[in-house]
Amino acid sequence: MYSEEIMKRFTNPKFFGKLDNPDLIGNAGNPQCGDLLTIYLKISRKKITDIKFETLGCVSAIAASDMVCELAKGKTLKKALEISSTDISKQLGNLPVLKVHCAQLVTQALKDAIRKYK
Amino acid sequence: MIYLDYAATTPIHKKVLEKMMPYLKDSYGNASSVHRFGQEARQAIDESREKLAKFLNCKLTEVIFTGSATEANNLAIKGLVQGIKKEKSQKIHIITCSIEHKSILESCKNLNVTYLPVGIDGLINLDDLEAEITPDTDLVSVMYANNEIGIIQDIEKIGKLIKKINKNKQHKIYFHTDAVQAANWLTCDVEKLGVDLLTLSAHKIYGPKGIGALYVRNGTPIIPLIVGGDHELRLRAGTENVANIVGMGEAISLISLDKSIEKLRDKLIKQVLKIDGAKINPYGIPNIANFSFDGIEGEALVISLDQQGFAVSTGSACTSSELVPSHVLKAINLSDLDAHSSIRVSLGKNTTDKEINNFLKTLPDVVDRLRQISGR
Repeated sequence: MYSEEIMKRFTNPKFFGKLDNPDLIGNAGNPQCGDLLTIYLKISRKKITDIKFETLGCVSAIAASDMVCELAKGKTLKKALEISSTDISKQLGNLPVLKVHCAQLVTQALKDAIRKYK
Repeated sequence: MIYLDYAATTPIHKKVLEKMMPYLKDSYGNASSVHRFGQEARQAIDESREKLAKFLNCKLTEVIFTGSATEANNLAIKGLVQGIKKEKSQKIHIITCSIEHKSILESCKNLNVTYLPVGIDGLINLDDLEAEITPDTDLVSVMYANNEIGIIQDIEKIGKLIKKINKNKQHKIYFHTDAVQAANWLTCDVEKLGVDLLTLSAHKIYGPKGIGALYVRNGTPIIPLIVGGDHELRLRAGTENVANIVGMGEAISLISLDKSIEKLRDKLIKQVLKIDGAKINPYGIPNIANFSFDGIEGEALVISLDQQGFAVSTGSACTSSELVPSHVLKAINLSDLDAHSSIRVSLGKNTTDKEINNFLKTLPDVVDRLRQISGR
């Protein structure tokens, strides 16, 4: 049902947890769909220097959260905004059709954080 | 791997398989054939039907084998609705319940249906039922034991109520119950229950998949959904699946209604509730416990437990591909998050104390890890 990459990231996510004094925090999800995501960012010179996530969600939501963190880390905010749900799905070895919305949720959380940058 | 998902399906009993094997091999006759091969198949079907009739306390002509319990539920609802239509010009009215199996809810779609709510205890209120019955009411369908939480409805009491109402009613209200999850534990004596239609499944009682049965009280104006030959008393066309029918008969005859597994289930509940933020949802039949865990999502928990060697399920196997919370858990007024965080642990004949102990040893760590990821 799930790709090896999804299972790997679900079993051993590298980016879960909180950041101390994050510069930006982004949220996405709702109780109705069962997923609640928070993404924490550290920013230096408009670049994402550190990133972590906390996700209450299914296997795909956790794997996609970990993937969005990996893809965003080290990128400029502008470049990070370009990360699409398709990118995440592809990197995860394709999410099941019913779970594509998980990839959309994690990009929403990232965008929600970056939007708050002043 | 430890299997704790007996409400989804059960392993086939050794004796059941043994009885079936000849009909998958040398006794391959078509029961409609008049030669010896056919006679042999026909006799096997008749014997199995006798076993079901004994279990149900009904006549042989009242047991219809179907391809699944889902089909039996479809036949009960749609077959009766179409059958009744011929008899009167008035509108058909069905009363059912909000926590029914999907095969009932989907069969009722686009019909004139009243859905009875359940309380937070998962039970329907008989006063509600009585209040919803109108002169037009034709069918009441209430599940005996629920597949997601195991809650038991008082079918006997409902049966008596309907009988009483029928005495002063111009046309009869037929009463159906889906007894798929109940059959291992509770009486399915149709006279005692006062039902006109009752659904059974073989694979929930250590029989084969692909076979179910519908009890149809003589005189119930049901018509077939699948037409063709004169099989199954003209209510379900198609060459009989002899091996599966034999298997179902044997599985039925092996039912003991032994409830001793309840002790193990109660121990499970007691120990799981020691985990912070663990809740037990309403329960009934002896083998099902449905839990919710704060701060985690059910599917992630099920997959994590699978990785640790335990097979359990989210709310219900049929809903795990959907994103909306289980209709049953929503009906008992669980919050969206509690509904999404639920798992169903269901025990069976082969479940041991040691298996439950192992599960209880693993569960807290798995819950803890997912809470670290969710930060809740």
